[in-house]
Amino acid sequence: MLQYAFQRVLLALAIVFVAISALFTIMITLPGDPTTVLLGPRATPELRAAFRANMGLDDPVLVQIANFWGRVLTGDLGMDYNRNRPVAEAVFSALPHTMALVFGAIFWSASLGILLGAFSADNRNSWLDRVTGVISVGFIAAPSFVVALYSLLLFSVTLRWFPTIGAGEPGDILSRLYHLALPSFAIGLAWVGYVARIVRASMLETLGENYIRTARAFGLPRRTVIYGYALRLAILPAVQVLGVGIGGMLSSAVFAEIVFSRPGLGSLIYDSVSGRNYPVVMGSMLVAIGFFVTCALIADLVNAALDPRHRVKS
Amino acid sequence: MSFRHTLAGRLMADPMAVVALIIITALVAIAVFADVISPHDHTAMNLADRFAPPSSTYWLGTDNLGRDTFSRLAQGSRIALYVALTAVTISGLIGLVLGMIAGFGPRWLDNLLLFIFDTLRAYPTIILALALAALMPRGLSTVIIVVVITSFAEYGRVVRTQTLSLKNAEFILAERAMGASFGRIVFHHVLPNVLGPFFILAAMNLPVVITIEAGMSFLGIGVPPGTPSWGATLKDGFDYIRNTPWIIIAGGLPLILVTLGFTFLGEALRDQLDPKLRKSR
Repeated sequence: MLQYAFQRVLLALAIVFVAISALFTIMITLPGDPTTVLLGPRATPELRAAFRANMGLDDPVLVQIANFWGRVLTGDLGMDYNRNRPVAEAVFSALPHTMALVFGAIFWSASLGILLGAFSADNRNSWLDRVTGVISVGFIAAPSFVVALYSLLLFSVTLRWFPTIGAGEPGDILSRLYHLALPSFAIGLAWVGYVARIVRASMLETLGENYIRTARAFGLPRRTVIYGYALRLAILPAVQVLGVGIGGMLSSAVFAEIVFSRPGLGSLIYDSVSGRNYPVVMGSMLVAIGFFVTCALIADLVNAALDPRHRVKS
Repeated sequence: MSFRHTLAGRLMADPMAVVALIIITALVAIAVFADVISPHDHTAMNLADRFAPPSSTYWLGTDNLGRDTFSRLAQGSRIALYVALTAVTISGLIGLVLGMIAGFGPRWLDNLLLFIFDTLRAYPTIILALALAALMPRGLSTVIIVVVITSFAEYGRVVRTQTLSLKNAEFILAERAMGASFGRIVFHHVLPNVLGPFFILAAMNLPVVITIEAGMSFLGIGVPPGTPSWGATLKDGFDYIRNTPWIIIAGGLPLILVTLGFTFLGEALRDQLDPKLRKSR
């Protein structure tokens, strides 16, 4: 297990390193004056010259990449010249909002999905199972930003049940959760379908295993066998799917943050792109990719820890 | 072989597939005949009829400039189909070639390609789209490039797995023992067997691509301003959500329907083409 974990961590680090280096290379080798690209067209000549010297823009590409990583490792993500603050400050004040959104979405999709999945596996081929099947495919098919727009229209603008704007009062947990509920639901809904189907399929498979038959033969109550034994193993594939799904949820979070006017990584990148604020774009990408790869890694390791067969398979 | 036993025949027996085919046929028909069926010119502004609700004149209402929403959505289906087909074809071909190279190639090449696939999967699509949009001109080719970068790895992975499991299958070994050339093995035996899962993935990916295009256009990093992409229509609706709900409601419908259609088709294809999964539902 330790060796497996070590390999996965190394691979994850290598992926983040290559993914970000590639992006950085595209950015600095772009045709045109990099100071214009990195500082925006409105920068003064003095600022340009200082920036050029400061960033070592005349160095070879490989040296620049090495320097970039050297700075990142000391926690320096560069300067946000448009608003005169360190990029790290901007990114790390946005990250918790996005994390709350993504974990809120996972909460919705896991709780509703596991419930639906376990229920339809338990009542296989009943009409309720069929209805759940169609509904879950329907959920998968709903593009998250359309769901976000529709729920904003229905629950916030028309019914006024939920707020339309912002992330709530700082320090007030209830207000934060109230503002979080609808956007995270909009992101999570698509995954309810996935989780439900995966839980259903793997539960049907698990119910055919020998140890379940043994548990039944020992006279354990049906409910204990299904929800206590089978469900525990059937959740595993869902954990992995959600871990990998965080990449997709990060993309959906961009829409949710813009539709519901919330602060976060997505709206930070969105604003930086319209303002041609490249250091912030780069810093946010680094954190977004790092966050995603870490989550996928954790999902992988949790799976390996819970189900030893997984280690051999991958 | 009677019709009932062909792939098309078996699909026709599956209600989900029939619904899917109806939706997809409607989409293609609307895209092809967009100019004929549009009741209005999709660029014509009628400022007297701004924010009109659905009526017999404007089937799905009008937007902030008094343009007919139905006509704009009909034109938008062309953009959606064009982007989806182009991007899926390009990324599919790249993935097919790289996946087979990974499957047949030496160990180090396989590992290298797998690493590249894994790395590309680490980019959250829309966030990468935003980053690249800051560097590239706004337009459909940027959308296609973003989609290709983020999706060919998925095809590559599927094709690689399939190739690896076929490479040492008994019938291939037998062919090889009889002196079949490498080309014959690849094109006659491996390729046809790889194509099943490949097409399922492609069908499942079409709506994903359509959604990415709409999403990028919604964010203002997709089609140029004024182009009637579904995403651009939704953006108009979002900007004027307090004036009229109709633009958002109408603009979201084609996206949901098309996604539903292609997802159903992908599911039905998988049920039919993958015998292991058939009837196991």
